[in-house]
Amino acid sequence: MTSRTKVRDTRLRGYAPLVAIALLAVLLLVVAPATLSQFRLNSLGKYLCWAIAAVGIGLAWGRGGMLVMGQGVFFGLGGYAMAMHLKLEAAGPGGVPDFMVLYGDGTMPAFWEPFRSGPFTLAAIVLLPAAVATALGWLIFKRKVKGAYFAILTQAMAVVFATLLIATIKETGGFNGLNQFTTFFGYNLYDPVNKQMVYSIAAGALIGCLVVAWQLYRSRFGELLVATRDAEERVRFLGHDPANIKLVAFVVAAVMASIGGALFAPIAGIISPSDVDATASIFLIAGVALGGRALLLGPALGAITVGFGRTYLSEQFPTQWTYFLGLLFVLVILLLPRGVGDLPRALRAGLRGRSA
Amino acid sequence: MDAFTTPFLAGTATGALLLIAALGLTLTFGQMGVINMAHGEFLMVGAYTAYVTQQVVTSVDLSILVALPVAFLVAGSLGLLLEATVISFMYRRPLDTLLVTVGVSLVLQQLAKDVFGAQGDPVQAPGWLVGTIPVFGYNWPYRQIFTVALALSSLACLAALLRYSAFGRRIRATVQNRDLAETLGIATRRVDRLTFFIGSGLAGIGGVAVSLISGTNPGLGRTYIISAFLVVVAGGLGQLKGTVIAAFTVGIATAFFADWTSASMAQVATFALVVVFLQLRPQGLFTVRTRGLA
Repeated sequence: MTSRTKVRDTRLRGYAPLVAIALLAVLLLVVAPATLSQFRLNSLGKYLCWAIAAVGIGLAWGRGGMLVMGQGVFFGLGGYAMAMHLKLEAAGPGGVPDFMVLYGDGTMPAFWEPFRSGPFTLAAIVLLPAAVATALGWLIFKRKVKGAYFAILTQAMAVVFATLLIATIKETGGFNGLNQFTTFFGYNLYDPVNKQMVYSIAAGALIGCLVVAWQLYRSRFGELLVATRDAEERVRFLGHDPANIKLVAFVVAAVMASIGGALFAPIAGIISPSDVDATASIFLIAGVALGGRALLLGPALGAITVGFGRTYLSEQFPTQWTYFLGLLFVLVILLLPRGVGDLPRALRAGLRGRSA
Repeated sequence: MDAFTTPFLAGTATGALLLIAALGLTLTFGQMGVINMAHGEFLMVGAYTAYVTQQVVTSVDLSILVALPVAFLVAGSLGLLLEATVISFMYRRPLDTLLVTVGVSLVLQQLAKDVFGAQGDPVQAPGWLVGTIPVFGYNWPYRQIFTVALALSSLACLAALLRYSAFGRRIRATVQNRDLAETLGIATRRVDRLTFFIGSGLAGIGGVAVSLISGTNPGLGRTYIISAFLVVVAGGLGQLKGTVIAAFTVGIATAFFADWTSASMAQVATFALVVVFLQLRPQGLFTVRTRGLA
């Protein structure tokens, strides 16, 4: 931190990023549904949900320097909120989710009741993670807990969350999670047309999150966030409170993860502790690291790539997938800490004979 | 009396395990700023070493005693290998070491699954560790007492090494001020490697103790690593005193919470406890005082 940081303009300029986002939108909303099979499109939908969470991680980690290793928790908050609503929809008015009869005495815990309402569920998907992230972030950032301490605390949070879910089989379905949804806000989920609709919502949400991220990155806030990442003490000396800046980024990232989770549940047809635990959170980080953590499109494209890779490799080599994920981490962080998306810039800088 | 002694003594044993795991972590974290997420897998390696040793040395009474030094060497060498091939390229990038070692830990876990199977294997306790001793109405198993003794003697050895040996002096100098230590002619990189060896080796010894209590398991490291890190965070970087207090506090508190509620609620409560504690002392219990803006 003592070394002089080179003064450079970190704000995004011009509208080239917007053109790139528009291109991605065409690709996801027009080209993909026309060319991919129903099954592949559904898989792509899952990757898009991870990509939505990845955009948030890019904001918090890539731009803000906060390594969030527990985004699975927020992904899970959104996912379980949505899944609870879908489960209650499937049970019908006044009905009780099937697993509660199977594992418990058929009575529903009180906190399930409000999720019968669609508007409440949608509000909860945004407000619940925002509230949790604000409370936790306030406690952590105000006391200047940062760096590795922060990363470890967030990962501990993911471990605790998954343990809690597994232990509460009567309330949350335990290890099996929540599955067997029939309708999505009244639309039959077995109908291919509706499946494609949910996919389109996920694609639209990703595009929306990218536009939000683009706006944040070109704003004064984005500049302050990068400044906080690179020299927190200087930002403090200039009269800003780094805690507030980080808190905003952390909360936005949490809400994005939650939206991703909420769309993941109907697309995947299940949300379970293994989708939200520490390993799942690390899986999200892998995509961001691969794509380029500080870039606008890097995290999203990285997450989609890692998602594809996971499906493809687990089809080819069912058990060896973990080796690839592990090696991916080692190689990317070791050789390309700024991600694959940074390669063109690094090559250009190399050709000009300047250090990257 | 029973409601107090049972969680207290069981928690002491858990705390002892956390202490052995955290000792190595706090050394490498405090000295090199390296966050080794694969440290938990070194525990697992230690546990599997105990298992393999038991297959080779068939005398159950003897095998654990053989396993202790072997586990230290095996886990320590693995640590050296990790340091030389990966971590040495990324000093002063602590968050990146965290991610790289996450990758390494995934690979090691999968490796254990492929070699030994996804199911755990039991490790037999030697005859002299079977049985319990009644303490205030709680039958304290000898195995747990052994764990506590092992942790305390590891701690004593480490503390003595740090305080009295020339090598320990070099470690302390490097922790306090790396640049100054280098100016004084200390080969800090060599000190780093040895520290890493010792830290990883300690995890190997901890693994042997774990294997006596819960057998081996490819996911064994993951159960301990997060608690061990919470101990390091709460105790303060590179501080033996803080680590000891934090390890036993976390171990015993978790046992009490588990006694009052359930094992999973105890995890939640312990996590909350550490977050609240960091409100009071964001730098942990004890810190190396410096004038820098850390």
